[in-house]
Amino acid sequence: MTVYRTNILVCGGTGCVSSASLDVYNKFKKLITSAGYDKEVKIIKTGCFGFCEQGPIVKIEPDNVFYVKVNKKDAEEIVNEHIIKGRIVKRLLYKEPNSKRIIEKHQNMPFYKKQFRIALRNCGLINPEDIYEYIAVGGYEALGRVITKMNRDEIVDIIKKSGLRGRGGGGFPTGIKWEITKNNHSDKKYIICNADEGDPGAFMDRSILEGDPHNVLEAMAIGGYTIGADKGLIYIRAEYPLAIERLDIAIKQARELGLLGNNILGTDFNFDIEIKLGAGAFVCGEETALINSAEGKRGEPNYKPPYPAQEGLWGKPTCVNNVETFANIPAIILNGYEWFSSIGTEKSKGTKVFALAGKINNVGLVEVPMGTTFREIIYDIGGGIQGNRKFKAVQTGGPSGGVITEENLDTPIDYDSLSSIGSMMGSGGMIVMDDTTCMVDVAKFYLEFTQDESCGRCTPCRIGTKRMFEILTKITDGKGTKEDLKNLEQLSYMIKDGSLCGLGQTAPNPVLSTMKFFKDEYLQHVVNKVCPTGRCKGLAKYKIDPEKCVGCTACAKVCPVECISGKLKETHVIDQNRCIKCGACFEACRFNAVIKPK
Amino acid sequence: MGIKSLDELRKIRENSIKKIDLRNQGNEGDNIEILIGMATCGIASGAREILNTLAEEVSKKNIKNVKIVPVGCIGYCHSEPIIQVNIPGQKPVIYGKVDKDRAIEIFNSHIIKGKAIKKYTLDIDFERAKQL
Amino acid sequence: MALKNINITINGKNLTVPEGITILEASNRAGVKIPTLCHLDLHDLKMVNKTASCRVCIVEAKGRNTLVPACVTKVYDGMDIRTNSIRAIRARRIAVELLLSNHPNECFTCPKNMDCELQALAAELGIREIKWEGEKIDLPIDTSSFAIVKNPNKCIMCRRCETMCNEVQTCGILSAISRGFSSFVGPAFNISMAESSCTYCGQCVAVCPTAALTEVNNTDQVWDAINDPDKYVIVQTAPAIRVAIGELFGMEAGTIVTGKLVTALRMMGFDKVFDTDFSADLTIMEEASELINRLENNGRLPMLTSCCPAWVKFIEHQFPELLDVPSTCKSPHIMFGTIAKTYYAEKNNIDPDKIVVVSVMPCLAKKAEAKRPELTKDDANNVDIVITTRELGSMLKEAGINFNTLPDSEFDNPLGESTGASVIFGTTGGVIEAAIRTAYEWMTGKELEHVEFTQLRGMEGIREGTVKINDIDLNIGIAHGLGNARKLLEDIRDGKSKYHAIEIMACPGGCIGGGGQPYHHGNIEIIKKRQQAIYNEDKNKAIRKSHENPYIIKLYEEYLGKPLGHKSHDLLHTYYTAKEKI
Repeated sequence: MTVYRTNILVCGGTGCVSSASLDVYNKFKKLITSAGYDKEVKIIKTGCFGFCEQGPIVKIEPDNVFYVKVNKKDAEEIVNEHIIKGRIVKRLLYKEPNSKRIIEKHQNMPFYKKQFRIALRNCGLINPEDIYEYIAVGGYEALGRVITKMNRDEIVDIIKKSGLRGRGGGGFPTGIKWEITKNNHSDKKYIICNADEGDPGAFMDRSILEGDPHNVLEAMAIGGYTIGADKGLIYIRAEYPLAIERLDIAIKQARELGLLGNNILGTDFNFDIEIKLGAGAFVCGEETALINSAEGKRGEPNYKPPYPAQEGLWGKPTCVNNVETFANIPAIILNGYEWFSSIGTEKSKGTKVFALAGKINNVGLVEVPMGTTFREIIYDIGGGIQGNRKFKAVQTGGPSGGVITEENLDTPIDYDSLSSIGSMMGSGGMIVMDDTTCMVDVAKFYLEFTQDESCGRCTPCRIGTKRMFEILTKITDGKGTKEDLKNLEQLSYMIKDGSLCGLGQTAPNPVLSTMKFFKDEYLQHVVNKVCPTGRCKGLAKYKIDPEKCVGCTACAKVCPVECISGKLKETHVIDQNRCIKCGACFEACRFNAVIKPK
Repeated sequence: MGIKSLDELRKIRENSIKKIDLRNQGNEGDNIEILIGMATCGIASGAREILNTLAEEVSKKNIKNVKIVPVGCIGYCHSEPIIQVNIPGQKPVIYGKVDKDRAIEIFNSHIIKGKAIKKYTLDIDFERAKQL
Repeated sequence: MALKNINITINGKNLTVPEGITILEASNRAGVKIPTLCHLDLHDLKMVNKTASCRVCIVEAKGRNTLVPACVTKVYDGMDIRTNSIRAIRARRIAVELLLSNHPNECFTCPKNMDCELQALAAELGIREIKWEGEKIDLPIDTSSFAIVKNPNKCIMCRRCETMCNEVQTCGILSAISRGFSSFVGPAFNISMAESSCTYCGQCVAVCPTAALTEVNNTDQVWDAINDPDKYVIVQTAPAIRVAIGELFGMEAGTIVTGKLVTALRMMGFDKVFDTDFSADLTIMEEASELINRLENNGRLPMLTSCCPAWVKFIEHQFPELLDVPSTCKSPHIMFGTIAKTYYAEKNNIDPDKIVVVSVMPCLAKKAEAKRPELTKDDANNVDIVITTRELGSMLKEAGINFNTLPDSEFDNPLGESTGASVIFGTTGGVIEAAIRTAYEWMTGKELEHVEFTQLRGMEGIREGTVKINDIDLNIGIAHGLGNARKLLEDIRDGKSKYHAIEIMACPGGCIGGGGQPYHHGNIEIIKKRQQAIYNEDKNKAIRKSHENPYIIKLYEEYLGKPLGHKSHDLLHTYYTAKEKI
């Protein structure tokens, strides 16, 4: 294998190719070959660096020098100066736009930090209770441009081309949602911000609303203008008092400055926003259930169609978007769809906020470009597994998702890759599990949640998830059979197939995915009656070590269910089927012969 | 008083932009700012006490050019409460796991003497999207 | 606009169907049966239960990730549907098995045994074991009211009752409470039925597929009374019974079985078999007089009929400010009870305390009505026991009476004689038509040429007609179903009503569609046939106007004096009380 002294990486992403990076690539090839360095220097066409506005981009490895806006002539200078003489071409280095600081090393460039924050861009930077700080970072500029200079079709077009998809879980293209609602004619329309964040462990929506409420208000106004709504509704769970308070303040300030209300910025656009408190039912995150609840009805989903875009709040066309989705809108309007769609993967553009939780060192929120791998998030950003234990799995999509195992750690995360490995994006909860986690127990945990949060409307979800939970309990109690596993699987598929809404249709996912990836662990529970992690107390087994047992009969005498047999001076044995795990034998044994389950 | 046009909005932006620059780059400005993460996560881990402590220090020492600004969360839940010190002309510094004693220590060293306390600082591993 | 036809495929068979129909409707056309449970299409009553909650009708539609409910999914051009794939069949079976796994295993003793749609479905699907055994919902049974028993443990969350109670009847009593596995249907805050503003119309019972909602059973009390030698037990049957009870014995809907019914009741051992129709004629005497009185003396108009106790309770709760609009007449069966225990008792020298009046009614509200304090005097009820058509049917079966082969016989006299006017009380529009027949002749002094006011007949929810009497154009309004009644009442409240007289019946179709009638299981044709039978029965009557009933004339001569007189006011009229709306 040839070892090259130097690699020249030329960006071959769409953005850079359109700015003639192919010419630059060919030029390098020619120059290096004619200079006779082709055995030492390799020219590589790479994937997108995600920094297309500065393209074409060229990186020199292992020097880790990063050149931007390179043309054919620059290529000549790079070869002559850098490759041949080892002198960096300063004028082609990236300069930070504000400080004009020149940055040589790639990893020092903020862009190439693993995290890139669009939705969270102002969180922790500005005072959320001061509208002027939001305006200072460019706030309401997007709204201003939209309502003074753009027509509704143009905005739809931008959002569609940006590739933004719903961040609440479904991943439906936002632009198309806006377009459909826009095209449905009605005297009244509504735009709703879904802030009913219910996925256990996920809290990015709360953080956005607490840290940057105006961002969401501005986006809602843009959406309202686009679809033709003059009324916005934020449906938020009452358990988020701080977010509600800050939204209240933000709405008031925006009204005072005329950024909400009538004739916004001197135009004829009228728009106002109202906050609606929800009681925090998980199912109210489903848009039809949310609308029912907002109308004061029971929070349960309706059969779709009709979709909210056709018949939504009070029977009028309604567009429901999630908080994080909205938080991307002003940045897209200001920076352009090309910028946004240059970030991420082919079918999933932009970034995604994840809430890291579980057995991970850096618990918290991260926002990464789509296409970042699990390994990068867990190890590079999350700081690895607590106590340096072994990684076992990570759950995405909360109770609607599934587990991702070691083999998929290098999967670039996006909507489609996740569903192809049996999970889903969901709202962005990411719960990391180590080797002390029992996967059957995990599945049971999620089922306990979903069956409790089921609205009770349809049979599969109301009764089916309850039965799944019961079967899982049976298994973790050590009473499961192989038949139960078969039934569990059959019931799972039926519930997926037959439930009325997304909650029910995805409720079996944690079971199906743990059964797929950790089948052995299930079998251990039902066949060998062992929980390999020792989590399932019902499977704990007291045993007598024949090496140590002297046959004193002390244990047999104290056993309340008389399940220990053995003659005097012979090894005693515990009948596992009758043992109630009281631990009396363990206490009674003076020879440490009774082994307590861990 | 309402903003009547996009131009008016932009004027307001011009006037407010400097202090945000300070937070990003530590560029110009007259005042020292202490940002404190006051989202639910921060408050839950004690940010309110830190806010009060810092405010007390400011008034005790009668320092005029320090402003305390409550902000949202930067996602470092593992290190809350978090404060950020912005001194004109210097790179902003972020401190994590700030308890009452640390807050006073940081105040005395960094705000008063201009000396950051390295061992309490956090590295920022993210980049914020800029709005053009 | 003409409906576009589209092409679809069901189980591989091509089909042309109109756009906009559901998969269920399309498959019915194709002769493909899809089982249903929560689905209930009563479009004649403007009620279609679209909850799509039971998932018993889910089928495969090519291109859809999940199975789709046939009852609410509309077909589109090119749709490819599989109703009989193993995936769909299994899923449907599991849906039923799951329902059964949370349902008491007590078909033997269930009031809906052999009349239960869940039971029928389990039979149809050939379910032999319930795989998914587990915890069952275990909630107290609500027996607080005199009319309706609510057993949440048998609730399958089809929500038909909720749709009926909220959308058709607009009473808003029943809705789903609690969530997930614990959810069931009941009044808000899970208060009891008795504490709620329920009118006891019983339409929830009429549509409940299981025994989650049933009538309070009073059959034992009837047997006890009949077999008590100290009691003199009188039975009366409402007009709507004779056109419906035959259904319980396999007869075609709309079969008139008046004569068999009388024979059967006599065989059961009642001392006298009388007819509520008699007191319906009596009601007309009073009500027509009251209408004329209000018209001539600038009284409160419109006057509303008061025969329907569910409707009376509805206005007391929902429009307490309008309690002066209903007629003060007691309902016919209560009038009957009063006359039986006064006039009849005196005339035949029977101690009224020994008289037990049993009403056979198509209605559940009458059970509660009989217990209203103002309708009982000195602890003596006007009417003692009320049983429904269904309860009578089960008593006849229990007694081994072979109803179908019984000979006809006549009601006893004097309280068994009736006119065609009283028969039509059984259908919507009938009471007001009967009242007009009498009011017309009384006001004009002329004989009515055409007694049938066809403009007042039919099944439309709200109907109206104008009858010229002397120089008055009498505007008549008719509403059946409480939601329709609400519309007319709102107009009255807002001073916008143009009517002089309004008839209101709580149940769709009137008493023929009552909550105590044989279950129609969603087939509204049955109610229409009963209505036709009522009209035929009227036609067959020799006397068709209430005031011509010879025994009624005699009753006034011998006892009451004149309509609205002192005695009739005392015995035949009542009052209403404003009630809370919960």
